[in-house]
Amino acid sequence: MTVESTAARKPRRSSGTKRAAGAASAAKPAAATAQTQDAEPQLVQLLTPQGDRVDNAENAEFAPFVADITTEDLRGLYRDMVMTRRFDGEATALQRQGELGLWASLLGQEAAQIGSGRALNDADYVFPTYREHGVAWCRGVDPTNLLGMFRGVNHGGWDPNTNNFHLYTIVIGSQTLHATGYAMGVAKDGADAAVIAYFGDGASSQGDVMEAFNFSAVYNSPVVFFCQNNQWAISEPTERQMRVPLYQRAQGFGFPGVRVDGNDVLACLAVTRWALDRARRGEGPTLVEAFTYRMGAHTTSDDPTKYRRDEETAAWESKDPIQRLKAHLLATGGADEAFFAELEAESEAMGKRVREAVRAMPDPDTMAIFENVYADGHALVDEERAQFAAYLASFESAEEGH
Amino acid sequence: MAVEKMSIAKALNESLRKALEQDPKVLIMGEDVGKLGGVFRITDGLQKDFGEERVIDTPLAESGIVGTAIGLALRGYRPVVEIQFDGFVFPAYDQIVTQLAKMHARALGKIKLPVVVRIPYGGAIGAVEHHSESPETLFAHVAGLKVVSPSNATDAYWMLQQAILSDDPVIFFEPKRRYWDKGEVDTEAIPGELHKSRVVREGADLTLAAYGPMVKVCVEAAAAAAEEGKSVEVLDLRSMSPVDFDGIQASVEKTRRLVVVHEAPVFLGVGSEIAARITERCFYHLEAPVLRVGGFHAPYPPARLEDEYLPGLDRVLDAVDRSLAY
Ligand SMILES: Cc1ncc(C[n+]2csc(CCOP(=O)(O)OP(=O)(O)O)c2C)c(N)n1
Repeated sequence: MTVESTAARKPRRSSGTKRAAGAASAAKPAAATAQTQDAEPQLVQLLTPQGDRVDNAENAEFAPFVADITTEDLRGLYRDMVMTRRFDGEATALQRQGELGLWASLLGQEAAQIGSGRALNDADYVFPTYREHGVAWCRGVDPTNLLGMFRGVNHGGWDPNTNNFHLYTIVIGSQTLHATGYAMGVAKDGADAAVIAYFGDGASSQGDVMEAFNFSAVYNSPVVFFCQNNQWAISEPTERQMRVPLYQRAQGFGFPGVRVDGNDVLACLAVTRWALDRARRGEGPTLVEAFTYRMGAHTTSDDPTKYRRDEETAAWESKDPIQRLKAHLLATGGADEAFFAELEAESEAMGKRVREAVRAMPDPDTMAIFENVYADGHALVDEERAQFAAYLASFESAEEGH
Repeated sequence: MAVEKMSIAKALNESLRKALEQDPKVLIMGEDVGKLGGVFRITDGLQKDFGEERVIDTPLAESGIVGTAIGLALRGYRPVVEIQFDGFVFPAYDQIVTQLAKMHARALGKIKLPVVVRIPYGGAIGAVEHHSESPETLFAHVAGLKVVSPSNATDAYWMLQQAILSDDPVIFFEPKRRYWDKGEVDTEAIPGELHKSRVVREGADLTLAAYGPMVKVCVEAAAAAAEEGKSVEVLDLRSMSPVDFDGIQASVEKTRRLVVVHEAPVFLGVGSEIAARITERCFYHLEAPVLRVGGFHAPYPPARLEDEYLPGLDRVLDAVDRSLAY
């Protein structure tokens, strides 16, 4: 399959002429402004919100990438989304119960994460932010491992190399450069693998992200930039981050950008497979903008009623990624009630396991403060560790003395 | 007199409000400072009252925030920028250190950079990584920047006023764990100098010097020590650049012992500089070496370990005992 330049590809544009639409909109800020405010922008979609398959010229380039998907695969994607949502809901509840200090919910973003996550091969490498619980699920990271950081017992909780899933990155945008560098290494090694970096619409304002775009273009690195545009960066709407539709930004750096319906798991799978394929074939980076919505608060510390209208949230409810696939499975006879009931039981069991695991998670040993500060030893750390141990021991001997 | 009891958060909010009212050149900039009023609500209601041209929600880009604030200052504005959390100032560190700090000198004093960078800092709020750090030394080390931190509501109110009025860039560290502590604020009082230390509690046997979140811990330690018959003086330094060495010296000449307390790592911290200077200035007055209490040479730990990591009453009292034992 040949890939044309971004300028020549037409379906993801929301307005403008066929050729060089990106360039045209870049030259006309007013048009670009109108586009960002477009309520229903055009995007690659394979399943409508009602669950009907879409077959049109807009997605013809991508549909072949899911031609092999069987009904069983669809049930698998559905299961992934349900389990992920259940896990996320459980974590939110655990935060409310005081078991976690904070939680960043992915509610509403399941399709973007499962679709992209299931597009990956084992050898591919993922650089997530702090909200990629669904991608972690696809990588086989034990969900309970994701909770340590939010409980406050560690800063990560898993070995990134076990599942080729890097640690969560909280500093916005940083990981896009790590992904780019990792991809540069993959290319140098001549490995048959690609790298995917996740970030949000707000992150696209960071200089690091712009630098990652540029490095990856200059070095033709096998990296896919997967932006979940969930419309908000805490209280700031996308209008406060950009004036040109996000996916179009890739063009200025010299690689393609695609906008996909982020609530359509099949479309996310197809577009990510397409982008990863390009990367593995040595055709360089791609920017995928998954157009989706953050249904909940930014994190459990946030209060969206201060800045967001209920009507907006309600409008997105009707585009729910899980309901959409369920409707499709039911309409096509792809799944019956027994399947849904079994899945309900399975997710219930997983929720129970997560609850129990979190409550049983021990606080770290105090001396862990001094562990792993350096790979080699360090005299200052050794000295402070010894002093602090002696200080703590003085309490014990004082107690014995009484 | 207009004395009112308010939290530190409220005092900062009132201070910003007053600055916006008094000078049309004052601007507030940062992530989520508008409708949300900032994640700590320090800018609550300001955009509603002063509009989006004065209280500006910025794109999510710290280098951009500080870099454009520099440009606005060059154009005659007085931007007060908010960095959401301590650990997120580093994307802007380049702009602060290589540009903001040096421009006045490079321009032979012909241009002024009245930019205030507000940073909620420090731990003890049970947060995830990058939300609990104390990077003040990294700024105090840089010539051209002033670095201050209030510890109570009155200082929060007045020091922020003074920082905004200053023609130099000021890094304004706000002790986030104390945001909800209340105190009396006289909004019409004539404030003391921005960089002068303050004796919080008089004492005769030893001086505890601290700033920001640790002042309260030291006051509690002094009270506990008093029960054991030890008379401890507590000094609130208020400013890390410049440091009021004269104030510390005066106290140490009286008490002859000094312990410096901060959350930031001890190694090469503000306390190290104070220990060195006071040793030079007061060598013949000192009965004990200057001791320091603070964080370790280790990344800020996960929340469940922060109580052990942060200096608390026991660690301060232990240092008091060690000093008095000399
Ligand atoms: C460098 C930096 N600045 C500020 C923050 C505080 N912060 C955490 S999440 C967030 C908004 C992120 O929005 P977006 O990139 O759209 O991702 P989303 O959370 O919506 O998935 C902000 C401002 C941070 N983590 N890192």
